[in-house]
Amino acid sequence: MTQNIIEIEDDSFEKIVLKSDKPVMVDFWAPWCGPCKAIAPTVDALEKEYGDKMTFVKINVDENPISPSKYGVQAIPTLIFFKNGEIADQITGMVAKEKLEETIKGVL
Amino acid sequence: MTKTDYDLVIIGAGPAGLTAGIYAARARMNVLLLEKAVPGGQILVTDWIENYPGFPEGISGFDLAQKMKTQAEELGLKIETAEVHSLNLSSQIKEIVLKDRSITAKSLIIASGASPRQLGIGEDKFMGKGISFCATCDAPFFKEKTVVAVGGGDTAVQEAIYLTKFAKKVYLVHRRDELRATKILQERAFANDKIELVWDSVATGVEGFFGVEGVKVKNVKTNEEKTLKADGCFIWVGILPNTSFLNDAVKTDESGFILANEKMQASVPGVFAIGDVRNTPLRQVSTAVGDGAIAAVSAEHFIENI
Repeated sequence: MTQNIIEIEDDSFEKIVLKSDKPVMVDFWAPWCGPCKAIAPTVDALEKEYGDKMTFVKINVDENPISPSKYGVQAIPTLIFFKNGEIADQITGMVAKEKLEETIKGVL
Repeated sequence: MTKTDYDLVIIGAGPAGLTAGIYAARARMNVLLLEKAVPGGQILVTDWIENYPGFPEGISGFDLAQKMKTQAEELGLKIETAEVHSLNLSSQIKEIVLKDRSITAKSLIIASGASPRQLGIGEDKFMGKGISFCATCDAPFFKEKTVVAVGGGDTAVQEAIYLTKFAKKVYLVHRRDELRATKILQERAFANDKIELVWDSVATGVEGFFGVEGVKVKNVKTNEEKTLKADGCFIWVGILPNTSFLNDAVKTDESGFILANEKMQASVPGVFAIGDVRNTPLRQVSTAVGDGAIAAVSAEHFIENI
């Protein structure tokens, strides 16, 4: 999966995502999900570019069922963008780099 | 001919485009493969492929895509992540317009693939919240739940069977009284206790507030309507070609699939169409790779004779 992106858990979700000063992108993924692996390099590349303005994290939905359930995630990959603890935008499914970059810029 | 950026540009890195890239790279053509998202195409969302020769145990779509991509790159194929916005094919030099620049090529292979057709039953509202086109991605969210699968072709039946690994019940809704899927898949579906066939029926709507709670179906013979209580709705009712950038630059059939001859040449010389985007009788990995090989060799011959 994504190489340079920190893995969070249900327990750390509030502290790292909801209480963050910066916007946060959460990548909901699982090891069995091919498309999740497929988009990982794209997310990595955008983290390198926008990592100073936005925090990029990922959460394994198999090991952490509470957060996906709380945010109604029933499909992966799902990327949810949080700003001041609220959902600012959301992308489900495989997505082109351009679209993802537009979404990041929109959230920032 | 005036100098161009590339001998050949290939649009789309599914099995067809990657194969064309492998052949073109081995022919030492100056080639660029453009992919808007991630190399692999629709096989990335295919759980298991067991009709592609050479993998007797079958192979996951993701693994097959990775192997094809690795093979192409090791042969020197350059793959760039970029979306094609439009084409200019009116002169001998083919111009491919991207977001930030235009590139030129002597020949062009269109391998942009196809996407699942939507039913218009609330996909926008419920996408990722119960409606899905990808069992491989989303089936585990429906553990011990009831889901509806719509369609009767290979994809629908194969994915309905996959869903039974997780869901406690799968309604397979099909508009006719027999399935179109290949016989081995039909046998498996009929033998599966968790699958209930809903014949002669179409899905007409989705009920639910935050997520899917039920799927409305209508029997096309009796016009009887009912709601199947379900937590998810998976839709596999055919595909549409990915040709938003095409703007009638080449001829297509009435559904928008590109017409091509046995050399994969489209209506414009030097432009080739392969894989799912082509007007083809069969859309499989095995047919896509055949298309790709033919098109790359056709493109090479075309350039030699300019």
